[in-house]
Order: sequence, then C-alpha cells, then structure tokens
Amino acid sequence: MSVDLSKYKKDFPIFARKVRGGNPLIYLDSGATSQKPESVISAEADFYRTINAAVHRGAHLLAEEASEAYESARANVAKFIGAKTDEVVFTKSATESLNMIAYSLGNLGSTPHISAGDEIVVSEMEHHANLIPWQQLAKRTGAKLTWFSITKDGRLDLSDISSVITKKTKIVAITHQSNVFGTIVPLSEITKAAHAVGALVVLDACQSAPHFSIDVKKLDVDFLAFSGHKTLGPTGVGVLWGKADVLEKLEPALFGGSMVDSVTMESATWANVPRKFEAGVPNMAQAVGLSAAIDYLNIVGMDKIFEHEQELTEQLLSGLSKISGVNVVGPLDMKDRGGVISFTVDGVHPHDVGQVLDQYGIAVRTGHHCAWPLMKKLNLVGTTRASFHLYNDSNDIYALLEAIEKVKSYFKVGK
Amino acid sequence: MELDSLYQEVILDHYKSPHHKGLSDQKDIQVHHKNPSCGDEVTLNLVMDGQVVKDVSWDGVGCSISMASVSVMSELIIGKSYVQALAIFDAFFELMQSKGQSSGDENLLEDGVAFAGVSKFPARIKCALLGWMAFKDASTQVME
Repeated sequence: MSVDLSKYKKDFPIFARKVRGGNPLIYLDSGATSQKPESVISAEADFYRTINAAVHRGAHLLAEEASEAYESARANVAKFIGAKTDEVVFTKSATESLNMIAYSLGNLGSTPHISAGDEIVVSEMEHHANLIPWQQLAKRTGAKLTWFSITKDGRLDLSDISSVITKKTKIVAITHQSNVFGTIVPLSEITKAAHAVGALVVLDACQSAPHFSIDVKKLDVDFLAFSGHKTLGPTGVGVLWGKADVLEKLEPALFGGSMVDSVTMESATWANVPRKFEAGVPNMAQAVGLSAAIDYLNIVGMDKIFEHEQELTEQLLSGLSKISGVNVVGPLDMKDRGGVISFTVDGVHPHDVGQVLDQYGIAVRTGHHCAWPLMKKLNLVGTTRASFHLYNDSNDIYALLEAIEKVKSYFKVGK
Repeated sequence: MELDSLYQEVILDHYKSPHHKGLSDQKDIQVHHKNPSCGDEVTLNLVMDGQVVKDVSWDGVGCSISMASVSVMSELIIGKSYVQALAIFDAFFELMQSKGQSSGDENLLEDGVAFAGVSKFPARIKCALLGWMAFKDASTQVME
C-alpha cells in the first residue's frame, strides 16, 4: 500500500471489542454507517457535559457557548465542501435534507416550484431516499418523474441525455456515487445539460462526501445532501447545502420556533437562510460531533483517504475475480468508482453469505441496499456489499476473500 | 461453530430441494408476503377441504432459512386439521421467540425443531417466520 493509514485505526474504540466467534471486528459496512473516532465521541459527549443549552436562545453563558460551538460547526462543514457558511443547513439526516428540498420545491410560494407538466429526473440507481421524495413530489404536483437507465456494468446511461433532460425538466436529482455499485457519476455532463434548460441539480453525496474531497463550486450543483453518520460523525445530523440565491427563494418545509422573523396570530415571516430551514432546537451536540469528525478527516487528509480506498477497492476486485462463482455487480475496473463493491455468490443467498461472514467477525451489508427498483432491474434478490473507510486495510480484504471461500464450502457450491 | 446451530443439515437439505414448491392450479386463496428489509418473498396457495388443510403450494425467493422454513412447514401442515395446523404454528412461533432457550416440541414440529437455533439470531427470525405468517394469513382468511 502506498498510503499507510494504519496508525489511525486505534483512534476508533469499537475495534477494541470482539464480535461473533470471539473474532476481532472486520468492519466492511461503512457505506451504511461509518465508525467513530474517539475525538467525535468525546466532542458530542463534551457538549452535554460542559456547554449544553438551546442555541440561539437564552441570555446566559451556556447558550452563548453552545451557539458559538454550533455556528462554528456550520462554518467547518461549509469549508469542508467549499461552500459559504450561510448556505449550510443542519438537518437530522441526509434523508431529511432530500425530503425538505422536495417539499420546498413543491411549495407554491417557492421560486421555482414544481407544477403539473414539469419533469423531475432521477436515475435507476438512486437510493430510496433520493427516489421516493421525488416520486411523492411528482404525485403531489402532477409533475412527471423520468429517469436515466443504467448500463450493464452499473454506470449511468447518458446516451439519451437529451431525451431525458428536456425543456420541461425542472429538477435533476442524482447520486454522486452509487451505494450499490460504487460508480461515481459523470456529473459535469449532467449539470451542463440540466443548467442549459434551467433545471436545478440536487446531488446525493452520501457516498461521496465521506470519502473524497468535495467542492460544491466545482461540482456546479444547486443542492447537495450528505449524512453525518457516514462521515465519521454522530447519527442525528445531516447536511443540506444549497446555493444562497436558490435557498433564499424557497419556502421552508418545517415550521416552528427559531426559524421566524416575525409572527402574528394570523401569519409569520421567515428568518434569513439558513435559519429559516432549521425549525426547533437543532441537534446541537451532533452538529458539534460532525465538526469534530471533519477536523479528524482533515488531519488524515481526504485525498489520502480516497487513494487508500482506491487501493483497497482494486485489491478486492482483483481478489474477487479469482474466485469462481463470485460475480461483482457494478464496474469491474477502477475508472470512476469508489470503495463500494457489491457481489453475489452463485447458489448462496446474500443473507446467508453475510451470516457466514459474520461468524468470522466480518460485517457486510446484504440485501437490496434501499435500491429495490435497481435490484429488480438487475433481476437480483440482493447482493452482498463491502464498503470501506480509512480504518480498513489489506488484511480486511484477505480475511473477506478467505471467508468467501468458506461460504462456498459451507453451502457446498462450486469449487 | 455457532453457525452450525443455525444451519442444520435439515435446513440446508430443504433449501437445496424444497418441498411443495411451485404453485398449484387449484387454490382457495393466494397470499403474497414479503420482508421489506431483506427482500424475501413468498407466494402461497392454500386449499382447504372443510376443516382439513388439503394442500399448500408456494413459490418464492429468499435466503436458506426462509425458503427451508416454508418447505418444512408445507410438509408439516398438509393433511392436518385446521386446529392442529394452528397448534403447530403456535409451537413454531413460540420456538422462534425462545432466544435459544427451547429445543422445540418434536412431536408437534418434527423437522421444524431444526430451526431452534434461528431463535438465537434475532435478524433471522423474520426469515424463518415468512412462510408461516403467509399460511396464518391465508388460513385465517379462508376459515374466519
């Protein structure tokens, strides 16, 4: 390995425990959620221990310190993705971020807003969280949902891009990196086509932002969502980023305390962006925890993390190709793909594969990966998925490859 | 190995050579059950002859546990009275909730006791119960 990140694994307390069979934990499920370094766990706990108070309210020292910590977290997140601080909205999850955008864009008071006859474009490889909110928006407004197909090797089929993104297209909501295939989508082609017809681009960055460096200006998208818990941060915090001038013209989706400018018995007006999108007391300790996670990722270096995961991906793809009866679902080469590898084992259901791997302490994801339409399209009941983060190493790959052989012998399939 | 308590030979045999798989033409009712979290699906045809379970046939996709379980269940309940079939259902359901503390009533469950180990794996209980819940649903609709 040309990048050595081995010294960081000890920062993650969970690797001190033993799992099934008394085995050490080999965690290959970071695509579902990442593990947390001690600094993140401490930052979240320390918020409660030392400065806990409702932010942006209260005339006391704790409220001041909590507000300061929360707003610093916002600034840190903004810097992490190359955004302006006021463009970052904290949500409870990436799922909430995407739903909020879909709601706001369906509000008649928003500019633009979706109406009957408009088209919303997604792809066949979206996670349910970037599919169903748009299905529902289409249903509420009478808009039409259309989508990009995928190619046989798990890439986006852009061959008919001009018939998918049309003059009627108002939104293109697309994943940055597939949570099933690991494919990184050719974004610039999509943003160019979308912007040429005046459509907004919503990027689901759940599988990208935690693993490689992101700059929203370079990506040239209009909205971006990612989750804290896949980014070494706590659960309960997600990020919604939007271009300032776009966010300003949108109505909020959630209403309540803290998001208002003025309120009467009959009506209310909204605070400025981003506050108008953060109704209620936010998940403060979690935002502060996410900020600590970003500090940690910056210390390790996003470019190093990406390179490290690329090496692991290449190793695993090469190892899997040598096992008969094992089929990688998704790109077999390293072009535009990240550290998410789905595969099937002939004659063994993914759930059974995962169960045998678990016996050896190997944690993987099995099933449809919240991408049911995609599984149906591929005529698969599901896959087994290995996904990485900085704490994985070559030994994890060897252990997985060895355990897959054991799966085959346990279920008496192939040679 | 802990795994062997889950994957008994009986289960692997039924998985490889499932019984009563393939939907019959005749049916009083057809039900379709699935586990949305893992994508397993079972379609089950039930034929009752008065108070007797005359025939169960099924088709489905899923893991070894879910497919073997519906196979074993079909074998067990065909030819039983509705009351007996419900007693077998209850015994199996109870076994699944036993957290590994019960080895199951072999008189009632026969090959079904092979699933005792499943109760130690919380994530797999719903797999083992998939076909059984389909039968319960189908028989309740026909009989009640």
